[in-house]
Amino acid sequence: MADEEVKENTQESEDSNQEEVLGKAYDARLMKRLIRYLKPYYGWVILAIFLTVGVALLSTIRPYLTKVAIDNYIINKDPLGLRNIVLILLSTLVFQGLVQYGMTYLTQWIGQKTIFDLRMELFEHVQNQSMSFFDKNPVGRLVTRLTNDIEVLNEMFSSGIVMVFADVFIIAGILSFMFSLSWQLTLIALSVVIPLIYATVIFRRKVRTAFRDVRYYLAKMNAFLQEHISGILVVKIFNKEKKTLEDFKQINFDHTKANKKSVLYYSIFFPVVELIGAISGGLIIWYGGGEAVKGALTIGILISFIQYSEMFFRPIRDLSEKYNIMQTAMASSERIFRLLDRNVDIGDAVNPKELMNCRGNIEFKDVWFAYRKDNYVLKNISFSIKQGEKVAFVGATGAGKSTIMNLICRFYDTQKGEILLDGINVKDIRQSDLRKNIGLVVQDIFLFSDSISNNISLNNRSISDETIADASRIIGIDDFINQLPLKYGQNVKERGVTLSQGQRQLITFARALAYDPKILILDEATSSVDTHSEILIQKAIDKLMQGRTSIIIAHRLSTIQKCDKIIVMHKGEIRETGTHQQLLEIGGIYSKLYQLQYKESFVQ
Amino acid sequence: MTYLRRLLPYLKRYKRMLFIGFLVITVSAVFTNLIPFVISRAIDQIRNHTEGTALYQYALMTVGFALISGFFLYLTRQTIIIVSREIENDLRNDFLEHILIQDQQYFHYHPTGDVMALATNDISAVRNFLGPGIMYTAETLINFTMAISLMASFNAELTVIAVVPIPLISYVVYRIGRSINHKFELVQEQFSTLTTKAQENLSGIKVVKAYVREKSEISSFKDLSVDYMAKNLSLAKVQSFSYPLMFLLTGFSVIIVLYLGGNKIISGELTIGELTAFIIYLGLLTWPIISLGWIINLTQRAEASMKRLIEVFDSKPAIDNPEVCRTDCAAGSENGRRVLNGDIEFRNVNFRYSKEMPYVLRNIDLKIKGGETIGVIGHTGSGKSTIVNLIPRLFDVEEGEILVDGKPVKSYQLSELRTSIGYVPQETFLFSDSIESNIAYSENKFDKDKVLQAAKIAQIYKDVDNFPRRFDTILGERGINLSGGQKQRTSIARAILADPKILILDDAFSAVDTYTEEEILTGLKNIMKGRTTILISHRVSTLKNADRIIVLKNGSIAESGTHESLVQQEGIYADIYFKQLLEEELKELQ
Repeated sequence: MADEEVKENTQESEDSNQEEVLGKAYDARLMKRLIRYLKPYYGWVILAIFLTVGVALLSTIRPYLTKVAIDNYIINKDPLGLRNIVLILLSTLVFQGLVQYGMTYLTQWIGQKTIFDLRMELFEHVQNQSMSFFDKNPVGRLVTRLTNDIEVLNEMFSSGIVMVFADVFIIAGILSFMFSLSWQLTLIALSVVIPLIYATVIFRRKVRTAFRDVRYYLAKMNAFLQEHISGILVVKIFNKEKKTLEDFKQINFDHTKANKKSVLYYSIFFPVVELIGAISGGLIIWYGGGEAVKGALTIGILISFIQYSEMFFRPIRDLSEKYNIMQTAMASSERIFRLLDRNVDIGDAVNPKELMNCRGNIEFKDVWFAYRKDNYVLKNISFSIKQGEKVAFVGATGAGKSTIMNLICRFYDTQKGEILLDGINVKDIRQSDLRKNIGLVVQDIFLFSDSISNNISLNNRSISDETIADASRIIGIDDFINQLPLKYGQNVKERGVTLSQGQRQLITFARALAYDPKILILDEATSSVDTHSEILIQKAIDKLMQGRTSIIIAHRLSTIQKCDKIIVMHKGEIRETGTHQQLLEIGGIYSKLYQLQYKESFVQ
Repeated sequence: MTYLRRLLPYLKRYKRMLFIGFLVITVSAVFTNLIPFVISRAIDQIRNHTEGTALYQYALMTVGFALISGFFLYLTRQTIIIVSREIENDLRNDFLEHILIQDQQYFHYHPTGDVMALATNDISAVRNFLGPGIMYTAETLINFTMAISLMASFNAELTVIAVVPIPLISYVVYRIGRSINHKFELVQEQFSTLTTKAQENLSGIKVVKAYVREKSEISSFKDLSVDYMAKNLSLAKVQSFSYPLMFLLTGFSVIIVLYLGGNKIISGELTIGELTAFIIYLGLLTWPIISLGWIINLTQRAEASMKRLIEVFDSKPAIDNPEVCRTDCAAGSENGRRVLNGDIEFRNVNFRYSKEMPYVLRNIDLKIKGGETIGVIGHTGSGKSTIVNLIPRLFDVEEGEILVDGKPVKSYQLSELRTSIGYVPQETFLFSDSIESNIAYSENKFDKDKVLQAAKIAQIYKDVDNFPRRFDTILGERGINLSGGQKQRTSIARAILADPKILILDDAFSAVDTYTEEEILTGLKNIMKGRTTILISHRVSTLKNADRIIVLKNGSIAESGTHESLVQQEGIYADIYFKQLLEEELKELQ
C-alpha cells in the first residue's frame, strides 16, 4: 500500500521538478531570507565589501599613476621622479594583489560557512520528518536538495553578491578617474558603452537560449544512452544495433548543431567587443589627439584613457554573467525553502508523559489506519500484549502486519483509536523515549557502508566494544566476524567482502540485542538462506526474544511455535487468535497458511 | 601524445577546413598586432605636433584593422572550433558503434554510469583539447611572433626584458592549474561522499528512526560537511591566489617596461608612442601567456581521456559473427544460414558465467522440435533464464553445444539468429517512446494493422485504447507510466510482432492476472502454430498446457513431462502445483 502511494507521489512531483524553470533573478522575499543566513558573518561581509572598495581603488589608480609618470617625469625628463612613481606603482600592484587575495578568499569562506549552516539546517529538518514524509519524497529528490541545490547557492554567496559590489565599485572607480581627467573625452570614449551593453544583453539572451538547446539535446542524448545501454539486452535480442546507432547519430547531430549555434554567437560576440573597443580607441585618438595637439590635454591623459577604456569592458561583461547565477540561485532557494517550510507532522506532545521503567505492555484499542485517506489498511484492530509475552503475527502479504509494527514505533499516527504502551498513549510519549525501548528488526536488511561494529552500535558511544562483542557472540556471528581481515572494523560494503544474506541478517540481530530493548519487534526475513545460517538465525531469534515483550511477523514455523499467542491477520483485520494447536484445530486461514508456507517451500 | 595521435584520422577528414582556420587565424592576429603600432605612430605625431597623416585617418585605421581582425577571428572560430565539434560528433558516433557490438559480459563489468561518463566527460575533454586547445596554441604562437618582432623593431633591449618573465608566468599558470585540478578532484570526491551519505541515511531512515540515531546521523553528516567545506576552502586558497598572482606577474612586466622605457625616452632612445605600444602589446600577450599553461593542462586531461576511449575502441567482443561472415553473409547470400524450423538442441551443455564462478547449468541435454511448446519451471537461481539466454547467444557456452535447426548457433550470423527469436525478457524493458514504436520495435517500417493485431493478442489493446492518445501515448519519464502488467503485455506484443520462429517468454506473466494470461496464451497458440515456444514461469497456470514441462533444480533437469504426468509423479512440480492451488483458495477468502 505504502509503496503504491510513493510511486504516485513521485510521479506528480517529479514532473514539476523536471524542468529547470528559471524565473526572476531577484526576488525580494527569497533574498531577504537568504541574507538572513549571512547574519552570523555580518562583520566579515562588511570587511569583504571594504576590501572590494580597496581592490577597486587600487586597480583603477594605476592608469592614473602612469599618466603622472608620463606627463610629470618622462616628458619633463626627471629620472628620479620616474623612479619614485614606479615604486609607488609597484607598491599599489603588490598591495592590490594582497587585498584581492584576501577578498576572494574571504568571500569564498563566507559562502562556504553560509551554505554549511544551511545544509545542516536542512539535513536536521529532514531527519525530524515522519515516515509518511519519506513515503512522499523520494530519496533522490531529497538528496538533490541537500547537495546540488545548496551548491548553487554557494556560487551565489561566494561569487555572486560580493562580486557584484566589486564590479560596481570598479566601474565607479574608472568613471571617477576618467571624469576628473577630462569629462569631454570621457563622454566621447564611453559613448561606445551603450552599444556594448546592448551587444552584451543580446549576446547573453541568444547564448542563453542556445545553451538551453544544448542542454536539451545533451539531456536527450544522455537519456538515450542511459536507456539503450541499460536496455542493451533488448537492443541485441531484437537485433537493433544499427537502428540504435542511426537514432543516436540523429540526436548527436542535433546536439552538435545546437553547439555550433552557440559557437556562432561567441564567434560574433568576441570580435564585436574588440571592434567596440577599437572604436573607443579610435575616438580617443581622433578627439583626444586633436585636443592634445591644441594643448588642452596631455599625452599622459591620452594614454591613461586608452588603458581605462580597455579596463571598462570586463566588469560589464561580468555583471551580465551574475544575472544567470542569481537566476538559478533563486530557483534553488525557492525549492530549499519550500522543504524547510514543511512542518514536522509527527511531533512530540507539548507536555510529554514520562515513561519510567518501561515494562512493555502494549494495547491496541479500536485502531483504524490508512496511509491514504479512507483507504484503510487496518480496520478496527484491538489486542493487548502483556509484559514479556511473545506474539506472532501471521497473514498473507498486504494483510497489514507491517503496518502494526510501524504504528507501535509511531512512524505514523492512527486515524481512529489509540495505541497504549504501559497504559500511556504513544502520542503522549516522547518519540525518543518510545523508540529507545523498542528494538526493531525489519525484513529488508539495511546495513550502512560502515564497519561491522558501527553497524551494530549505530555509532552510539554508550554501547561499548564489549557489548558489541557480547551481542555478536550471543547471536552467533562472532566467529565469522573474527575471521574477517579487519574483524569488527571491517567495512560491510567494501569490495571483496561479501556478506551472505544470513550474515547480514545476524548483524541486524546483534544490533537489536546490543540496544537491549524492552520490546522486540521483528519482521522475519523470508529470503532463503543456507542451512547453516538458518540454524544460527533460529537460535538467534530465541536469544533475542528472551526476557522481552516480542512481536514477530513470523515466517518460520519454529518461531511461531515458540510464541505464546498467534494473531492471524487477513485484509486489515484480525481473523483468528490462539496458539498453534488451537488454530490448526479451527481449520481456518491459519491452517491454510500453515500448509502453504511452513512446509518446506519450493517457490517463495 | 601517444593516445592523442589516434585523433589524426579524424583531423585528416577536416584538413581543408583546418588549413583555412590556420590561415585566417594568422591574418586576424597580424591585424590585431598592427593596432598598437598605429596607436604608437599617432601618439608620437600628437606629441611632436608634426604634420602628416591626419588624426582621423589613424582613428579610421584602428577601427578598420579591428574590423578586419574581427572578421577573421569570426572565421577562425567558425572553422577551428566548428571542426572540433564535428570531430566530437564523429568520435561519439564511433564510440557508440563500438559499445553496441560489445557482448553482455562487457556490460556486466562496465556499469551504465561508467559507459555514460566515457561518452560524455571523456569525449568532451578530448574536444576541449581539439577546439580551444588548437585555436589558442595557434593564436599564441602567432601573437608571440608578431608582437615580439614589432616590439623588437622599436627597441630590442626592452623587448628582451619584457619577454623574459613570460615562460615563468606560463609555468606558474601550469602549476597552479594542476594544483587546482587536483584539489578540485578532492572536492568532487568529498561531494560524492557527502551525497552517498545523504543517500544512505535517507534510504535507511527507518533504522535511523527506530534506533533514535538522528542525532548521531546529524553529527556524522556534519563531520563530512565540515570536511567538504575544508576541501573547498583549500581549493579556494589556491584559486584566490591564482588570479592576483597572474596579474601581479604581468603587471610587474608593464611597470618595469614603464620604468626602463621611461628612462630610454628621457635619453632619447625611445618615443612615447613606442612605449605606449609596448604597454598595449604586453596587455595583448597576457592572455596567450596564461593560455599556454592552461593548454598544457587541457592536453594532459585529453590524453588521459583518450586512453580510456581507446580501450573501448580496441576491445573486441567475444561473441561475434562466424569467421565466414566477417565480410558478408546476409541472409540469402551464399554463406548465409537461415532458421527455418525452429528446432533447438542442447547437447551436454555445462555453463558458468566466468571461470571463478560456479556452474549455473550442468549436463543439459534437451531436444525441442520445431513447433513444440515447452514450459520451464524451477527455483530462483535454478538456471531457467540462463538456458534461454544461450539460444540467441547472449552468452556462449564453452562446454557442450547448442544447435538450432541442427546447426551450431555459432555458425549463424548473429542478426539472422536473433531476428528469428522473439524474446520477452524477465525484466520488462520498454523505451520512452510511443507505445506503437515500442510494439513495432523489431521493424524499421511498420504496418499499423500489425501493431493492433499484436496488441490484441497480448491483451494490451483495450488498455491502450482507453488512453487519450492511444497508441501514440509516450511511455516513461515524460509520459504515462504503465503498470507492471501493462508493461509485460506490451513487451509480449513486441515479441509477437517480430514474427519469430522461436518465441521465448521469460517469466512474462508474473504481473498479469491468471485470467488475462489464459487469454494471451490462447491467442498465442493460434499464431504460434508451427513455431517453437518456450515458456518460463513460476506459475503452474502458465505452463500447464505446454506440450512438455521441464523442471530445473540447481542447474540440472530434475523432472520432465506433461502437466498430468508430472502431477502424478508427486515430485517438485506436484508440490508447487498443490501450493498454488492453496494460494488461490486463500485469495478468494473474504
